[in-house]
This record gives sequence, structure tokens and C-alpha cells, in this order.
Amino acid sequence: MGNHSNWPEWIYVAVVIALMTWVGAEAWEAERLVEHVPADAETIIVTGQQWFWTFEHEDGTKEIGELHVEVGKAYKFEVMSKDVNHSFNIHDYVVLMDAIPGRVNTVWFAPDAVGEHDIQCREYCGLIHYNMRGTLYVTEPTT
Amino acid sequence: MTLELQKPRPIWQIMFSTHHTDVGLLYLISSLTFLFLGGSLALGIRAELFLPGSQIIADAMTFNRIFTVHGTTLIFLFIIPFASAVGNYYVPIMVRYKDMAYPKLNAIAFWMIPPAGVLIWLGFADFTWYATPPYSIISAPGPAADMWIFGLKILGISSVLGALNFVVTILKCKHPDMSIGQIPLMAWSFLSSSLIIMVAIPTFAAALLMLLTDRLGVSGFFNPAMGGDPISYAHLFWFTFHPEVYVLVIPAIGMMYEIIPRFSRKPIYSYSSGVFAFVMLSIVGFSSWAHHMYATGMSFTEKTVFMVGTLAAVPASAMHVFNFVATMWNARIRFSTPMMWAVGGIALFFSAGAGGVVNSAMPLDFTTHDTYWVVGHFHLFVMGTIAFGSIGYLYYMFPYVTGRMYNETLGKIHFILSFIGTVLVFFTQHVLGLYGMPRRIYDYPPIPEWIAMNQIASIGAMIIGISMAVFLANMIHSAGKGKFADTDDPFGLGGKYYYPFEAKNPSH
Repeated sequence: MGNHSNWPEWIYVAVVIALMTWVGAEAWEAERLVEHVPADAETIIVTGQQWFWTFEHEDGTKEIGELHVEVGKAYKFEVMSKDVNHSFNIHDYVVLMDAIPGRVNTVWFAPDAVGEHDIQCREYCGLIHYNMRGTLYVTEPTT
Repeated sequence: MTLELQKPRPIWQIMFSTHHTDVGLLYLISSLTFLFLGGSLALGIRAELFLPGSQIIADAMTFNRIFTVHGTTLIFLFIIPFASAVGNYYVPIMVRYKDMAYPKLNAIAFWMIPPAGVLIWLGFADFTWYATPPYSIISAPGPAADMWIFGLKILGISSVLGALNFVVTILKCKHPDMSIGQIPLMAWSFLSSSLIIMVAIPTFAAALLMLLTDRLGVSGFFNPAMGGDPISYAHLFWFTFHPEVYVLVIPAIGMMYEIIPRFSRKPIYSYSSGVFAFVMLSIVGFSSWAHHMYATGMSFTEKTVFMVGTLAAVPASAMHVFNFVATMWNARIRFSTPMMWAVGGIALFFSAGAGGVVNSAMPLDFTTHDTYWVVGHFHLFVMGTIAFGSIGYLYYMFPYVTGRMYNETLGKIHFILSFIGTVLVFFTQHVLGLYGMPRRIYDYPPIPEWIAMNQIASIGAMIIGISMAVFLANMIHSAGKGKFADTDDPFGLGGKYYYPFEAKNPSH
């Protein structure tokens, strides 16, 4: 306690508040851009169930545990679940969206290079949660 | 000041006592027992993850049960009861009252803990400490899950009763000569955290009942197959358990407010900013719960609101750090064991908070959410801040409780090993999260970075394990055979800034 003045603390608090405001503003701006789904994005329906992923493309083809997409195109995932909560994740492209029964959540991405990436489940879903994995194949455009 | 230095008594006299220091001792012993039990489970988890493939745990179900009980035990059966132990010993003395306001209620609140602990440990549920529906409703095997629900229910009632007792003791039973602005900051920390408990816990109590009836199949609150919504559970759960984070951390900060000025041999830099920060934290703690749920499909507006609510808690936490650093500035610090733990705790509190800012920023959260980053982040709070503050305080109160001194060298070894171990485990886990390793997994693919990081973390965990063995040996040996402590000034600080309260509460 004592009678000394507290001005260093208030300057410090002001600096912290300014920093947090900056972090918040940057995050707000980045998230606004990230959430804007391009109009020409192809829809892929992603269904999680214990303990694998199913992908259904716009043309009706289905894949289990593997997903083939083409470089340079934008894709919108509609993520849903058949049983318990899962979380659809392509870590390399920061794609993360919970698969919740009774809901359809959307997230999008546009692969920018040919390659293979891991797909995994990031929400605890039971016995084989650790191995609810898949592979994303980004290929050259066919047409 | 002496805390119940009495002649050896038969154990039932302590067990059936309602005196605050006896109840405090019961809380202390049971919480430390659960610290060692829960900590052993952590060592099992780290040993399993040392390499990809099955190591020492036979199957995924056992692993899932182990991390569920690990988390439940350390949060509900170590951290909260430990704070109650310290509060029971010190709060009545700090407000200069003869006991807690309701001594019998106090004993009842304690005696709810052992049966709850037994339920949780005998059940050994597998649905994580978060008990997410619909998994916990349709998939989790009973009776483990039901036993967990009942155990948590009992613990919730116990902590509400305990909180009520602290609030009444502090507000109504403090000495008439003392204004609320004169009670020590640690008493303020118990007042703040108790008020948070009383507001937050009932929500989870309701959610638990709904979860139970959902499991019994008579309702469908959270079961989509019956028209329910699992997200509503997430809201109810986090409405309780984000504020609960502050319930856990605020008493530990309060303990540091006792240790740091004393060992700095200076008054606290600013009492009023400490009080302000406690009150702020307990209010803004309620504005951030859904930052745990960004990835559940929340709208942009919702995410923004909860991000702002989360960032709002940062200045108040930062004020505590400033207060500690300013108190230590230019001070004649004596780095006895309690001070080392407190200072280490502040350093890790700062690191944990900095990591938390990353989680709260919406786009970054999608990188870190549900990965090992989050595991590292909250362990820096629960282990690095709360356990460090608590263990430091345990060393601090040891001579007053036992009348004997712990072994200072072993105490310092305990700190140094624990600090190194904590940094190794939990900083590494942050990096592991950035590499994308999800939490709560029994096995992982042989990705070289993941293996390396997991091995560093496992070695760190073993170092913590060794340090805890040193701790246990020191406590047991010193309590019986340690040097007698000079209870006027056991740490040789010189007395001037020493403990301001001279009281010994009569037994009844």
C-alpha cells in the first residue's frame, strides 16, 4: 500500500490494453477475410462417423478415408456427423470444423500446391479417435 | 502465529473435528493424496506417448479412461480442495474470527470429497473431463460414466457449500475493527473465487442432471436423435468452467500475494490494484466462455464477442504480474523455497497468458484448438501457475502446521527439477500442437517431429515425477523428524514485514 502514486502501473495497463486491441483488430480482420467463401467454390459433403470420414463430391462420387481435390480450385466443405462429435481437420491448410450431429457446419479452402496432406479428427470421439485419419491428395487439374 | 500446534491426537479426533484447522488438515491430506494419484496417471500417459505404437498401456479404452480420470482428479480433487485447505487454515485468521462461519457445514463440505473421489476412481470413466454429448450419452460405457456424473455432482455441491462458508466468513464474521479494504489480498482472492463458484457451478449442476437423464433415455436435452442439441451442453459446461479457470487460478495468485511481499521484505506495491484485478477477473471471467467453441460453427459475430470478452481478462491478469514484479523491484529478496515457487509460478503464468492470447484470436485458434498446444497452454496454468503457487504455499505453511522445518535443500531441488520438467513438457507440447498433433490420442503416426517432441515431453514428465518423489520424502520425513521451526520467523526474514496476524484459534 503506501502513498506512492501508481502511474507506472496505469501506463503499463494502457500498453496492455493497446496491445490487446491491436491483436483483436488484426484477428477480426483476418477472420473476416478467411470466412468469406468464394462464390465458385465446389461443395464437398464431409461426414464423420466412428471412426472414419466420408467425402461426397458435387458430382455424386464418394470417397472413404481419402479425398482427391485439384490444385487451384476452391472447395467448400459441409461438415456433418452421423453419431457423435468429431472435428474435421486438415492441419496443413488450417481447415478445422467440428462435425456435430444435427448440424451442418461449413469451412472452405483452396489448395495451392500439388501434394499429400493428413486428414484427422481433432475432437475426442471414442475408442479409435486416435486413428480416425485420412489423406488429402491435391492433384493437377484434369481439364 | 501458529496453526494448531497441538499434542499428537488420535486420528478420529481430527476426522470428526469441525475446527477450521482440522478441516484444513483433512483437505490438505486428501488433496495431496489425489495430487500423487493423478500425477501417476500423467506419468503413464507420457510413457505411452514416448513412442508411436502401444507401449505400456494395453488398449485405447484404458488410455482414454486414464486421461479422463487424470484431468478430473487433478482439477476437482487436488486443485480445488487444496485451495480450500489453505483457505480453511488462513481465512478465519486473516479476518480475525474464531473459526469458519459454519463449522459443521465446513466439515460436511469436506466429507463429500472422499466419496466423490471413490466414485470417480472406481468408475474410471472414458469420456474426458468435458463429458461431451452425444458421446457421453450414446457411446460412453456405464456404470463408469454414471459414477463420474454422481461424483462430479457431489463435488459441485461440496464446492458451493465451501464457497458459501468463505463468503459469509469474510463478509460477515470479519473483526468489526477491520474494514473490507484491510483484509489481506489472499482473503480477497478467496472472496472472489467463492463468489465465482456460487454463480458458475449451478449451471453445470443443471447440465449434469440433464446429462444423467439423457443417459437414462428419459430425456433428450443433448441427444440429437431425440431432438436435442449437443452445443447447448457445451455452452452450459463452459459457462461454468471458463469462470472455473479463474476459481482455480485466483486463490493461487492470492497465495503468491502472501509469499512475495514477505520474502521481498517489502509491502505489496499496490494493494488496491490487486483488489481491483481480482474483482475484474471475477466479472470478465464470465464473458469469455464460448472461446472454447469457435470451431463448433459459431457465427462471426458470436466469435467476435467472445474474443473481445477473452481479451478483456488480459489487463487484469497482467496487473497481478506487474504488482508482483514491482514488489520485487529493488527488494532484499530471500529466495527460500516458497519464494522460488512463487516467482517460478509468475513466470509460467505470464507464459501461459501469452499463449492464451494466441488461442483467443479467432483465426489462430483454428490452428491450435484441440491440439497439444491447448494441452500445453492450460497445463502451464494448472501446473505452472496453480500447482506452483500451491506447492510454494505448502512449503510456506509447513512450519506453522507441523511446528517443524522442511529440508531447504530438498525443497530447492524439488523446485528446480519441477521447473525444468514443466518447461520441457508444456512448452514442447505447444510446439507439438503447431505440428498438428490432436489431443486425447492413444497412438500417433510416426511423424519424426511428433516423435521428437513427444520424447522431450515424456522426459520432462519423468523429471517432474522424480521431483515429486523428492517432495514426498521431504514432507513425510520433515513432518516427523524435521528440525523444530522458530514459528515466529521460520524463514529468517527478520520479522519486520513478517506475518501481521497473531492468532491461535481455540479448539472446540
